[in-house]
Formats: sequence, structure tokens, C-alpha cells
Amino acid sequence: MSFWQLYRRNKSAVFGLIILCLVFIMAMFAGIVFEDDPFTLAGKPMSAPGTNGFLLGSDTLGRDVAAGIAYGARTSLLIAGLATAVAVFVGAVLGGLAGYYGGWVDDILMRVTEMFQTIPSFVFAILLVAIMKPSIQSIIIAIAVVSWPAVARLVRGEFISLRNREFIQACHTVGMSDIRIMVKEILPNCLSPIIVAGSLMVATAILIESGLSFLGLGDPNIISWGFQIGAGRTVLRSAWWVCTFPGVAILLTVLAINLVGEGLNDALNPRLRTRT
Amino acid sequence: MSQNTKRVRYVLKRLLQAIPVIFAILVVNFFLLHLAEGDAVDVLAGEAGSATPEYMAQLREKFGLDKPLPVQLVVYLKNVLSFDLGYSFRHGMPVTELVLDRFVPTLLLMVSTIVIAVGFGIVLGLLAAAGLNTWKDNLISIFALITYATPLFWIGLMMIVVFALKLRWFPTSGIENVVMFYEGWDRVKDIAHHLVMPTITLSLFYLALYTRLMRASMLEQAGMDYVITARAKGMTERRIMFVHVLRNALLPVVTMAGVQVGALIGGSVIVESVFAWPGLGMLAYEALFARDLNLLLGIFLLSALLVVAINLIVDIIYSFLDPRIEVS
Repeated sequence: MSFWQLYRRNKSAVFGLIILCLVFIMAMFAGIVFEDDPFTLAGKPMSAPGTNGFLLGSDTLGRDVAAGIAYGARTSLLIAGLATAVAVFVGAVLGGLAGYYGGWVDDILMRVTEMFQTIPSFVFAILLVAIMKPSIQSIIIAIAVVSWPAVARLVRGEFISLRNREFIQACHTVGMSDIRIMVKEILPNCLSPIIVAGSLMVATAILIESGLSFLGLGDPNIISWGFQIGAGRTVLRSAWWVCTFPGVAILLTVLAINLVGEGLNDALNPRLRTRT
Repeated sequence: MSQNTKRVRYVLKRLLQAIPVIFAILVVNFFLLHLAEGDAVDVLAGEAGSATPEYMAQLREKFGLDKPLPVQLVVYLKNVLSFDLGYSFRHGMPVTELVLDRFVPTLLLMVSTIVIAVGFGIVLGLLAAAGLNTWKDNLISIFALITYATPLFWIGLMMIVVFALKLRWFPTSGIENVVMFYEGWDRVKDIAHHLVMPTITLSLFYLALYTRLMRASMLEQAGMDYVITARAKGMTERRIMFVHVLRNALLPVVTMAGVQVGALIGGSVIVESVFAWPGLGMLAYEALFARDLNLLLGIFLLSALLVVAINLIVDIIYSFLDPRIEVS
């Protein structure tokens, strides 16, 4: 069966994919639908949804909540995507080396990941962003720093289970270099768990990013969902919509990514499907 | 060797294993402090108004910043071991004192959250596994999926809108109604009343986690040989499920409760700042705004140590629950 046929069997995964596509479309066309910068004062402050030309209302300064959500989708997807890419790359390299070579490389890596698992990761991310000063780069670095150990452990486990297989021994016999064996032979065989873990990690990254910007640690020049909610909480009593809609956007996006991740898992590991 | 000496040995071994982790955390903390400290002197000097180079040098000397890095590290370790985490200039108090002050409310919030999340998670997971693929199972799974994807601060704010502002069932923020000067049981009741919404908010995410874990764990255990044996002996399904499978399925949930404590502390920063709950998380939020990095690092250190301590306790409890653990 083709990949798509396998994926399609999980109905909720298809639903997740549709939502995710809509979020992507929203992020792509944000600049066309809302021509102004989301920080501009577009009209009367604290307009309720559907009044004064605001679909989802406006906030305390008269900024358009809907425009903020559309532009915020870019921020969330960008930061979460890049942070995950960095985390997966670093985790795969370190985990791969540890799993392939074993010995002291492995020992050191395991101690480091143990320490990372002990450190409260969100507090650590807060601290890193606070020290580096809030910006897109520092948020990406902070999320990547708290996320890579999980990938490293996963990749290490896969490498350990594959490194003594016959086909790898055959590679040694024909004199292939270690790097080539790792990249060309072992890595392609453990790509599917990495893809699944990576897709779920994007969801976590969006949650971490929104939490950071809610606490005022977002990039001050870029709108994000967490920032919108943080800015709206002071007027929760009189303008509930400022906080509510960006939160719905986060919820739907994260939910969609989780569903897609599960769908990928089912499609990429067909043997697992019989298990519940 | 008797069972007891074995257990003592195990506990000692786990204590020894915790030492390098604590040491590593201290070193990380030191380097973060070092990265940040340059700013601290600048900030302080700026605040004092008269930032002459001599004054800056004096400040650097006071913090020991003119010494080579390894010396600074030793001084730092010595300070931490004597419970000296530096001074918070914003609050005009030693960090240790501030942090310990705010520790009790956080502990209260965390304990109530763990009890609710683990308790309800076990029940819901059990119900889902017992009614596998029925509407109950699906409903519980959908609930878990949604709460798993919801940011905590948003749930908190939405709860404030619905239950505090519209329905007026619970207070919006704080730990107690200070102006009422409650004493004794009235005060306990007042604090409990304030505790409800932060606890529910913080529990939801972990509830979803434990529900999924418990369901998976029950299903895994249900396929074990001892279940077939029990069935062959003619035991009722109900008895197999609730007596035999349940007990064994609880073990991974207990382990996870320990592992998740770190995440719980992160969540409490968010929840405490939403509900103005005066614990460590709220203190961290205040420290962020005041750019009081020394205080932030103190909180980070304490929370990391807390995680080490709780993991240790969970492991020890675990060794009582599952005697096999000592063999491996």
C-alpha cells in the first residue's frame, strides 16, 4: 500500500492534516488579507467581535485580533519548525555517535541527557531566553536546548539496535567508512521514528513558544499568539475575545500536529497498528 | 542479606547517584550566572546613578568577578553549600530567604495537583481500558487529546472568565482573602477555595498524560500470562481487572509521576502567574519583569534540586511497591 493509503486509514489524522493545511494557508496569505502590520492601530479599541469591521474584535490599543492570529501563525510555525529542526539535527548527531561508538562517548551523553531530564525544562527555557535577551534566535535556541536530549536518546537506541546487524557488518567488511555507514546505512533505517518524534516535537515547541511569549519573553517586534493572550489578560473582564481567539488558534494547531504525528506513526510503523 | 539491609543499600546507592547530577546542575547554574552577571553589575551601577569605573570595579570585586573562573566556581559552590544564593537587590532580601518564603504555596499547589491528576488519571484510564473502544473510551481519549494540546495559561484565563467573572464561584486570584483576617479553620477553608482553580488548571495537562498512560498500561498488562492463568482458574473478569491487572498497571504511572515533576514546576510558573498564586512560579515571573537574574537562578536551582529529591523519593517508594527492582 502506498504511504498515503496507509495514512488515510486514520480518519483523525486526515482531519488533523486538513486543519494544519488551513493554518499554513492562513500564515501564507496573512500579508494579502491583512495588508497592515498586525501592530498597527486598525480602529476603535476593545471592539467586540463582528463590530467596527473586526471579525474577531480588537484589543486595548485597537489592534485587529484576527490579523494578529494570522500573522502569529507565521511566528509559531517558524519558531517551532526551526527549533525542532535544530533539536533533531543536534540530537541525531550526538545520539548517533553515542549509539554507534558506545563506550565513553555514550557514557558522557547519557549523563548529560539524565541531567537535562532532571532540570525543569520550561524554567530552563525561561532562564535561557532571559539571559540571552528575548528575540527569535534566543527563543529558538532555548527550545532546541531543552528538546534535543529526547531525540538523542531515541536515535541512540535505534543505532544500538542496528549497529550489529548483518548488513552493517557487511558494510564493515567491504571497508566502508564509519561516517558513511552511519549516514547512508543506519540513519535511513531509523528515519521513521525520528520523523514521528520530530512532528510531535513541533507541537510541544509551539506550546513552549506561546508560554514564553505569554510571560513577556517573546520577540518584542513580532506578533505571536502567546503575546496576544498575555496582552489581553488585563482586560479579561471587559474584552474576553482578546485572550480567547488566539488560544483557540494554539489549541487547534497543536491538536492538528499531534493528530498528524499519530497518523505518521501509524503509517510509518504498520506493525504497530494492530496494537491499541 | 536480609530484605532490610538490601533496601538500605539501595537507598544509599540512589543517594550517591544523585550527587553527580546535583553537581552538574550547580555547574550549569554557575555558568549561566556568569553569562548574566556582567549585566547585573551594569544594571546595579546604572541604578545607583553614579557609575564611576572605580565603583564598577568595586562591585566586581564584591561579587568576586575579578578572579579567574575556576576560583569563582569554587567560591560559588562554597556559597551554595552554605545555603547562600546571593542577594536580590530588587527585593532587598537574600535569595535563599525569598525562595524559602515562597516555597510553601508552591508545594501546596503541586501536592494537590499531583493528587488530583494521578487520582483522576488512574480512574479515567481504568474506565477507558475497561470499556475499550466503547463511547466511554472514545470520549476519554478525545478529552485527553484536547487537554494535551491546550496551553495551560489559556485554560486558566478561560476558567477565570467562566467560573470567577461570570459565575462568581471562585476568586480570580491570590491565595487568601487578606482583608477578612480569617483564622483557624476559616482560613484553611479560604485558602482551599482559592486553591481550586489553580489546581484544576495545572492538573488538566497531567491528567491527560496519566489517563493515556494508565490506559496503555492496563491494556499491556491485560495481555500477560498471569491474566490467562487467572482466567483459567475461573476468576471473574471483574476481579482480574480490578485486583490483578490494576495493581501491576499502577507501577509505570508511579514512575511517571516522578519524572513529570520537572514539567510540573514549569507549569506552575505559568499557572501561578495567571492566578497570582504567591509561590515560586509567581516569584520567577516577578523576577523576569524586574530582570532580577540572580533570583531567577536561585529559583531554577531550587526547582532542579526539588526534582532530584522527588525522583529519589519516588524511587524509594517504588522499591517498596515492586520488590523486583532490587534484583536488577
